[in-house]
Amino acid sequence: MNHAIELDALAKRYGALAALDGVTACVPRGQVIGLLGHNGAGKSTLIKLILGLIAPSGGRLEVLGQSPWRAHALRRRIGYLPESATFYASLSGRELLDYLARLKQAPRGQVSTLLERVGLAHAADRRVGTYSKGMRQRLGLAQALLGSPELVLLDEPTTGLDPQATRELYRIVGELRADGRCVLVSSHLLAELEPHIDGTLILRQGRLLAAGSLHALGEAAALPAQVLLRPRDQAGLELIVRLESGGLSARPRPDGRLELQVPRASKLHTLRELLADPAIVDLDVREPTLAQLYDWLGAGPQATAEARA
Amino acid sequence: MNPILTVAAKEFRDDFRNRWTVALTILFALLALGIAWFGSAAAGRVGFTSFDATLASLTTLGAFVIPLIGLLIAYDTIVGERDDGTLLLMLSYPLARGQLVAGKFLGHCGALAVATLAGFGLAVAIMQWLQPPAQMAQAWLQIGRFIVSASLLGACFVGLACLISVQTADKSRAAGLALIGWLASVVLFDLALLALLVVSGGNPLERAVYPYLLLLNPVDVFRLVNLTALGDGAGNDLLTGMTAHHAYSPVLLGLLLLGWAVVPFAWALLAFRRKEV
Repeated sequence: MNHAIELDALAKRYGALAALDGVTACVPRGQVIGLLGHNGAGKSTLIKLILGLIAPSGGRLEVLGQSPWRAHALRRRIGYLPESATFYASLSGRELLDYLARLKQAPRGQVSTLLERVGLAHAADRRVGTYSKGMRQRLGLAQALLGSPELVLLDEPTTGLDPQATRELYRIVGELRADGRCVLVSSHLLAELEPHIDGTLILRQGRLLAAGSLHALGEAAALPAQVLLRPRDQAGLELIVRLESGGLSARPRPDGRLELQVPRASKLHTLRELLADPAIVDLDVREPTLAQLYDWLGAGPQATAEARA
Repeated sequence: MNPILTVAAKEFRDDFRNRWTVALTILFALLALGIAWFGSAAAGRVGFTSFDATLASLTTLGAFVIPLIGLLIAYDTIVGERDDGTLLLMLSYPLARGQLVAGKFLGHCGALAVATLAGFGLAVAIMQWLQPPAQMAQAWLQIGRFIVSASLLGACFVGLACLISVQTADKSRAAGLALIGWLASVVLFDLALLALLVVSGGNPLERAVYPYLLLLNPVDVFRLVNLTALGDGAGNDLLTGMTAHHAYSPVLLGLLLLGWAVVPFAWALLAFRRKEV
């Protein structure tokens, strides 16, 4: 068993509406996978299917080697952080985790350890109702880690988190990966997600648009790299003309730099030439981002707009 | 620990924490003492009259109040979690849906039963302390029957509340339905039976069927359990008068009330299992 999740022509229909339609993919163990797609693409449906809360209408789904539908015991091995998690406001953080640990038959000693790990030890005995959004999200992460699950599903885990808390969250995700656990993260914040994931599943309108490692997807898309040049004083116009004669179209940016789109195949060759050019004082290479890849795949303008916001 | 018990313990503790249980205990004790001392004020007397009369008035009052409380304590038990977004989280834990509903049902029933026992038990203890004539074992037997049947009646309506909670889409709709359920079972059902009786003029068929029609409503079963045990002359003439010729077996009545406590709950279980989340 080297796959945490296997989907084979998986489908879920609500009446005439197909929330998921013939999705085939594998999620390997020990990897962090980004689950991407605009609102209504089928991400939540897929998460509910993996949790065994709804039955597939067709196809096959295996999670940690078994079918999840109504497999209660299987959920002991899965951790789940719901989108915009809210909890029983009248309990304290520690009481809540105690309760959930009992439900999950997790060792009770984990409660304090996890509160410590997500940085909530100081607020453990305060009522959850008094927690900030970020603290609740961290509490949500702590409960998702109860019982040392082999598979962790994080649904929009960083919405409402400040940059510091977001870094903390991805640090813990990194620890989970190092520990050999599989993490499935759904997010709209592509730029933020990109450095932390090994691969993606991209959904659009219930269909799988792309799956695989970011590198492989980038190769397949062959998106050009973006190069930003800072010309020496007064040399800008002359440089543009020279670049055009070499087959590269440069676009001036408001900050005085020139922007080039360099095809993947000739990237190194072009860079060597640019580095040798005395009219250039600074140079910045940007690989195609997940957001660009996402745009190129046509996963939906709505989600990309949010990612850029 | 069994997940049902874990959930039940949490709900039970929550009812204590948000003062439901304490408020109900005080309410029940005050009601019982108030009725014991001022129940016969209409007849021009103030002061403790008799234990039987007190219990008969309590039964009438309990038939109104306990269903309402059962509904109020539990109407949001599932739909409230859906509104708050915790339902999906709970269902992602290793427990069956039925276990979640069962735990909530048991927890709320437990809280209601404890409040009933503490409130009415306290009231009887005070009555016996202040009124030596009321110090009889009979009183404890009767109040014991009252407490058990009141708890079962509460369970009927906690079960109904669970059913409403499972089936509705939001909290306000659930609250509305709970009130309608209360009105229908506590007020409208008896009114309809009375109307039937008046319109039909009490023909023999009607008279034969009437005692069984009463069993269709747990509130009336609760009244019968307590009032038939008290016998005549305890201020329950209307009900016993209409059913005088029909002898109800106390065991059967008890079983029936138990059945009524199970039916709405079982329905809620089945409905929740089928629900799409």
